[in-house]
This record gives sequence, C-alpha cells and structure tokens, in this order.
Amino acid sequence: MHEIVLIGINHKTAPVELRECITFSPEESASALETLRRAPHVQEALLYSTCNRVELLLVTDDKAQAVGAAKEFISSFNKVPIEQFDSSLYVYANDQAVRHLFRVASSLDSMIVGEPQILGQIKEAYRNAAEAKTAGVVLNRLMHRAFFVAKRIRTETGIGDRAVSISYAAVELGRKIFGSLEGKRVLLIGAGEMAELAVEHLIRNQVSETFVANRTFENGLALARRFNGSAIRFEEIGEHLKLVDIIISSTGAPGFVITCKEVKPAIRARRNRPIFFIDIAVPRDIDPEINRLDNSYVYDIDDLKGIIEENIGDRQKEAVKGERIIDEAIIRFREWHEALDVVPTIVALRKKLEAMAEIEIKRSVQGQGMSAEGAEALQRMMAAFINKVLHEPTMFLKKDSMLGDKSAQIDTVRKLFKLDE
Amino acid sequence: MEAALIVSILLYLLSAAGYLAYFFLQKKHLQKAGFIVLVGGFIFHSAALVLDYHQQGHIPVTNMRETLSIAGWAIAGVFLVLNYRYNLKILGVYAAPFVALIMVIVSQLPDEPAKTTQLFKSVWLVAHVTVIFVGEAAFALACGAGILYLIQEDSIKTKKHRFFFKRLPSLDLLDSTGYGCIVVGFTMLTIGLITGLVYAKSVWGRFWSWDPKEVWSGLAWLFYAALLHERLAVGWRGRRSAIMAIVGFGVLVFTFLGVNLFMEGHHRQFTK
Repeated sequence: MHEIVLIGINHKTAPVELRECITFSPEESASALETLRRAPHVQEALLYSTCNRVELLLVTDDKAQAVGAAKEFISSFNKVPIEQFDSSLYVYANDQAVRHLFRVASSLDSMIVGEPQILGQIKEAYRNAAEAKTAGVVLNRLMHRAFFVAKRIRTETGIGDRAVSISYAAVELGRKIFGSLEGKRVLLIGAGEMAELAVEHLIRNQVSETFVANRTFENGLALARRFNGSAIRFEEIGEHLKLVDIIISSTGAPGFVITCKEVKPAIRARRNRPIFFIDIAVPRDIDPEINRLDNSYVYDIDDLKGIIEENIGDRQKEAVKGERIIDEAIIRFREWHEALDVVPTIVALRKKLEAMAEIEIKRSVQGQGMSAEGAEALQRMMAAFINKVLHEPTMFLKKDSMLGDKSAQIDTVRKLFKLDE
Repeated sequence: MEAALIVSILLYLLSAAGYLAYFFLQKKHLQKAGFIVLVGGFIFHSAALVLDYHQQGHIPVTNMRETLSIAGWAIAGVFLVLNYRYNLKILGVYAAPFVALIMVIVSQLPDEPAKTTQLFKSVWLVAHVTVIFVGEAAFALACGAGILYLIQEDSIKTKKHRFFFKRLPSLDLLDSTGYGCIVVGFTMLTIGLITGLVYAKSVWGRFWSWDPKEVWSGLAWLFYAALLHERLAVGWRGRRSAIMAIVGFGVLVFTFLGVNLFMEGHHRQFTK
C-alpha cells in the first residue's frame, strides 16, 4: 500500500539564509519534477516553492527510500550539502501530510494567517505537476480536496476578512465611512513608503483624483506624476480641505500641519460631507482634536496599528474554526484513500453485485409467485453467477506484477462500478 | 383572535429571531430566512386586515389594538419595500424585532370594537389612515437608521472596532437611508395631513379644530420640515441628522400613543 509523504522547510523551521539557498523557480520546476518522479519508489510528485517555504509532496510505496531520495534531490538540485538543511527539514506521512497540505493551502500555516497568495501558488504547483504528468490518482484527488478545503475555510470563516496592513486598514476604514471609495478625492501630504502604499491602494479602490502637497514642490510634482494626480503647494492645503475626502499625512514637521481651526470652516464649506484624516507621521501632523468635530475622523499610526493587532487576533480566532474544517476533510480523504486498495475494492464490488442480485431475486419471486424451493434455487444460481463474474476482475486486481499505476487501475474499477457512492 | 393574526405574530417573532441570530452569527442564510419569514408574516397580517375590513365594513381603526396592528403592518411593509429596492439588510435587525414587539403588544390588548358610526364610511378616512401609517413607518425606519448610525459613528470615533464596526454598514449608507426614509415619511405625512383635513371638513364641517392629535401631528410635521430644510440648505447630515430622526420619531410616538392615552379630542373616537 502506498503512502503520502510531505517533506519541506518553512519560515518556522529555517532562517531566511537557508531558505534562499533552497528554491525552485517556476522554470526549474518541470525538470525538478521529472527528476523526482524518476527517483526509485516515487510514484507521484509535486513541489511548491515560495519565499516562506519549499515543500515536496510524494506518493511512494517505500517511505524511507523516498525520503532519502528526496533529500538527495534537494541537495543536488540546489548544490547544498544535506547536513546543512537536514535539521530544519520536517517529514510528515499520510494523515499528517494531508493535514499539513490542507493547512498550507488554506493559509493557516502562513506567516500572516489568511494571506490569499498561497492558494494561487499551490494551484500553480499542481498545474505544473499535472503538465509534467507527475500527479496521479492520489495527488489529483488530494490537491482537489485541498483547494476545496481552502475555499471552504475562506468562505466559512473570517480568516481573510480583516485588514492586517496599514494601507488595507485605511481602505477598510474609508469604506465604513464613505461606503464606496469610488469618486473620492485623496490628498497626500509629505511622502514616505507607507503613505505612498496607502495612496496606491486607495487608487486601486477607484478614488477619482489625487493631490500631493510637499514642502519641496518639485518632489510633490514627481510623486503626483506617479499617481497620475496633481501637485499643490503647501499653502494650498487649507483651501483643498474643502475639496478632498481623504487626507494621508506623512511629513517630518515637528508640529501639527493641519489644525482644528482650519478644518472647522472647511467642514462648513463641504456642507458636512465627511472627511477622513490618516496621520502616519511621528510626531503627528493632524491635530487629534479634529476627531471630535462632526463628520470628521482622524486616525493616527497607533490607532491603525491597534486595529491591525485586533484584526490579527480575529484571524487567529477564525483559524481555529478552520482547523475544525480540516479535521473533517482529513477523515473524508482518509476514507477515500483507504478504499483505494485491492481488498476493500473487491469487497465493495461483491457487496454491490449482491445487493443488485437481492433486488432482482425479490422482484422475480414476487412477480412470478414462485415457490420457496424455486426461490432458493434462484438464489444459489445468482451466488454462483456472482462468483464467476468476479473471478477475473479479482485475479486482475490481485496480480502483483501489474504494469503501470495500480492506484489508477483500482480507481478506474471503483469509478466503473460507482463504488464510492 | 383570528388564526391569520396569530400566525403572522408567530412569523414576525421567528423573523426577529432570525435577524438577531444573523446579527450575532453573521451567517447570510439567517438573514435570508429572516426576510422570507417576514414576508410570510406580512402576507398573513395583510390577510387578517382584509378579513377585518370585510367583517366590519370599514377600515379597522376603531381601537388601540387595531391601529397598532396597522402601524406594525405598515412598518413591515415599508421595510420590505426598502429592503427590496435598496440593499439594506441590516435594517431588518431593527425592523423585524420592532414589528414583532408591536404585534405582541397588539395581541395583549383587548379587542372591543367601537360602535360603528357614519364617521367611518369615508374614502378620505381610508386614504388618511393608510398614508399616515406608511409615513409613520418610514419615520420609524429613519429612527432605526439613525440609531445604527450613532452606534457605528461611535465605534469609528472611539476607534473600538470590536462588535458593531464589523456588523454595521457604512456611515454613508446609514445616513442616506435615514434621509430617504425621512423624505418618504415627510411626503406621506403631508398627504396624510391634507387628507385628514379634507376628511375633518367632510364630517365635522371644519378643517382644523385644535384637537391635540392635530396639534401634535402639526408639530411633528414642522419638526421634520425643519430637518429637511436644514439638510437641503446647509447640508445637515450625519450625527445631527440621526439625532433629529430619533427625536422626531419620539414626537410621533407621543402623537400616536401619548395623545391617545392622556389627552382628549375627537381622535379618541377612533383610538380608545
């Protein structure tokens, strides 16, 4: 009986210095899979390599041999001696391997729980394996289950719901204030990586116009060009408060850049349309008193970080629900996997035929008004017939020197007779 | 009590439970179930009212029980229309329990039909009552939107993002919903007052007789007129608008209940 084995390293077991030595680029993956597949005792293979993890998924009839071959393969492919990564390597088999794969695909094992990229990366890995024909019956089924579980966890739990970065948190807040961000105007005061990321994310959410104010007008101009917006002079900020809806401020100024006194008349001029200040600067640029004014909201960097922390906590809580879904999925996969063997298949086949015969005999006995002896004879005849019918398939399935993939043949038999329903 | 009304009350209660469960558990199918059950309750309720109309030969507004029942029916109906037209599922968390509460009160009130007089046989009365109640239902929903607005605004302002922040929609949606409800409510209230005046003229020979309910309705009308004026003229919105919607509804509830219970006047003939 074959086993499912997963071997890998990730951000929890290996430092980045080691992880960057062991990678498989998309171009390399086809040849890597081919090499792996040709290793002795490896029936099926799949591998994925992201910046946080490298994992090999194998189906093998000899676990020890396959694990050895896999280590050898990693070592020779990346030209890293085995001793260097051996202690960081984890090896899981069967249920544990399945659990690990499900957790990775559902992003429960990620550095930031719930981040959505990993599922796409694993789908890509599966596509590569399918193209290289290194994924067979077992991995096909396993990967589809993994995608299904990941999707289910994403929709049924809130692991991906809440923002866990400053720019996402800003957009989430904006949505709660404005509904849609479409058509809103943004003003960036100053510059800085975090602030620029936030502006970019707002632009992706369809804000209509971007203004950039910088002490050095030329710098503002360059930044504005990047956002397809327009630069304004620092002195014009007050005037623009009437126009813009979201202000992101990130200057090095020692005092407040925008004060309560400036905002009050602006709100009147805006006819009370809400205005949202995001203050990323330290020391702060926006007078926190502005938050007390009606229809105006101020969030500083600590507020945003507080939200993100809360959200990460929420995701972790949701992840617990995800683990439950995985427990269930493992059991279902195990049932299928265990049935994918010779004896259970023959038993299931016999049961299926006997059940059919039972029904037909009953129908004949009742329809014809047959005597007890007649019915008995009919039953004997059916039993003998079933034995005859099953003889050849049983021999075929039991034959050891069978060529090709045994799992695939068992799978075909099971499908042919609908044994899994 | 007739069967249809009992069924409708049970369905309203069930719907309220569905909406509340949706609010806490955030499962979409609970909201859908709540909505469908509410539609069911509304259908049975409508049937009960039509039956009453047939039996009595006039619109059933002869006592407190019947008027409250119509008020509940109007709120359910206006909410269903709103929910259908706009994407306002969350308001059901307010509307369904509110309707259920009203109907439970209805079921506890004595059912003693007043003497039917010529007073009740008028198209104007039907128009007056229906329009007024639809208007009041819209105001009730505006009040609900206002309450939800204040809660959500508070969670954004105080930066506490625990329970309500996630569950309530955007301030903009709550604000515009409240505004929409007030526009509908005000239009209906205006038409309702006019038909009421015409009806008063037809039965008492004068348009206005300083009946307490007339006075309070007039006050409520002025109040909402001021609210709308401020919104259109200086762009009152958000917090102040929400508070006004809640206060305004308070005035209306007093007009409806307080005046009936504590003051005399010709409306007493309807709402003992």
